[in-house]
Amino acid sequence: MSAADLHTLTGAYAAHALDPAESAEFERHLAGCPACVQEVAEFAATLARLGAAQAVLPPPALKAQVMAALPTLRQEAPRTAPAPGRPRGRLARGWARLALAVCLASAVGAGGVAVQQHQQAERARARAAALQQQQDRFVGLLTAPDARTATGTGVGGVGAGTVVWSSSRGQAGFLAAGLPTPAAGTTYELWFDDAGTMRPAGLLSTGDGVLLLTGTPDGAGGVGVTVEPAGGSAHPTTAPLMLLPFT
Amino acid sequence: MSTVVHLSGPGRPGPELKDLLAGVARGDQDAFSRLYDTVAGPVLGLVRRVLRDPAQSEEVTQEVLLEVWRTAARYQAERGEVMAWVLTIAHRRAVDRVRSVQAAADRDQRAAAASHAPAFDRVAEQVEGRLEREQVRRCMRMLTELQREALTLAYYRGYTYPQVAEVLGAPLGTVKTRMRDGLIRLRDCLGVGA
Repeated sequence: MSAADLHTLTGAYAAHALDPAESAEFERHLAGCPACVQEVAEFAATLARLGAAQAVLPPPALKAQVMAALPTLRQEAPRTAPAPGRPRGRLARGWARLALAVCLASAVGAGGVAVQQHQQAERARARAAALQQQQDRFVGLLTAPDARTATGTGVGGVGAGTVVWSSSRGQAGFLAAGLPTPAAGTTYELWFDDAGTMRPAGLLSTGDGVLLLTGTPDGAGGVGVTVEPAGGSAHPTTAPLMLLPFT
Repeated sequence: MSTVVHLSGPGRPGPELKDLLAGVARGDQDAFSRLYDTVAGPVLGLVRRVLRDPAQSEEVTQEVLLEVWRTAARYQAERGEVMAWVLTIAHRRAVDRVRSVQAAADRDQRAAAASHAPAFDRVAEQVEGRLEREQVRRCMRMLTELQREALTLAYYRGYTYPQVAEVLGAPLGTVKTRMRDGLIRLRDCLGVGA
């Protein structure tokens, strides 16, 4: 498409009436066309008037829902100069995540079997559903564009733990694979390491499985794992089995 | 009804909304609450106009407002007013929803059920800002029929411009230029400056 042709797309672009490919082509054109930028801004403001003219009274419950969700969302930082691209790093991370997803599927499968053997069918179903939900949310976390991972091995090289975190989602998850099952009356407890202060992030009662951590990874330097009495502790009472830094 | 919904177009609340948004960017929930009171009515109205389905409209409205909370720091004042920024997000999300096949099926299914709901226009008539609405209508009437229909289908129904061309039986190039010409005329009529 010629530059003149592209310029006439300002209206369709501002009204979101272009398909994704055309939209991308137009945005490349915008980068070098200050007049187009100006026109698109004016059209967006014009269309906003058309939008505002449709205003209705929102139901009060909507506001309550939105306000309640705020603390669970991490706010993005202001945009600064773009960082230099690191295609190799991104690719490597992508592969790591794929491998992790495969590993995750088998870990959850094993956890499901153990549960079935030890509990009543009804409780097993509920637990399986909860596991499935954890798994779904964990896989969702893996798909975050900025998801990153760190892996460590258990004591004596038995089993492994992997932490996944995403700043944009404000969330972290932990995957245990082949760690020893905690002794009766104990549990694994996960912690966010806030510059040396350990913040409780959830309990994991098996050596195989996933846990979406409670709280935000924001501000933490990493994740630690300890063994604690069943029910968990407010502060670690044993030496960490694993420390996984967010690097 | 005593609740006031602000219908003032982008520009009128001016620095006030910008100040609120700056507070939102710093994580100030009170600022967000006040911003919400100003923008939620227009957002829900626009999204409903595009999607029709009330339940989906509320869902998308919620997504839009949470996106405002998350990305407040990304707002660039030199690119336009806060209301225009928020309604651009709202329109994009509504259009994305319209174009998702799954949503289309759901919408058709629920459309019948919703047909007895009170007409949006009647609800809207109860709120402040009839003058603004009148001005928009007056300016829309100043467009040619093709300009008005092309913009209405694209903006209020979420059609792509090839879909608009198809519905109106007009060539692609014509629709493209009419949308732009129509917006230029509307911009001047509404006195919008960037």
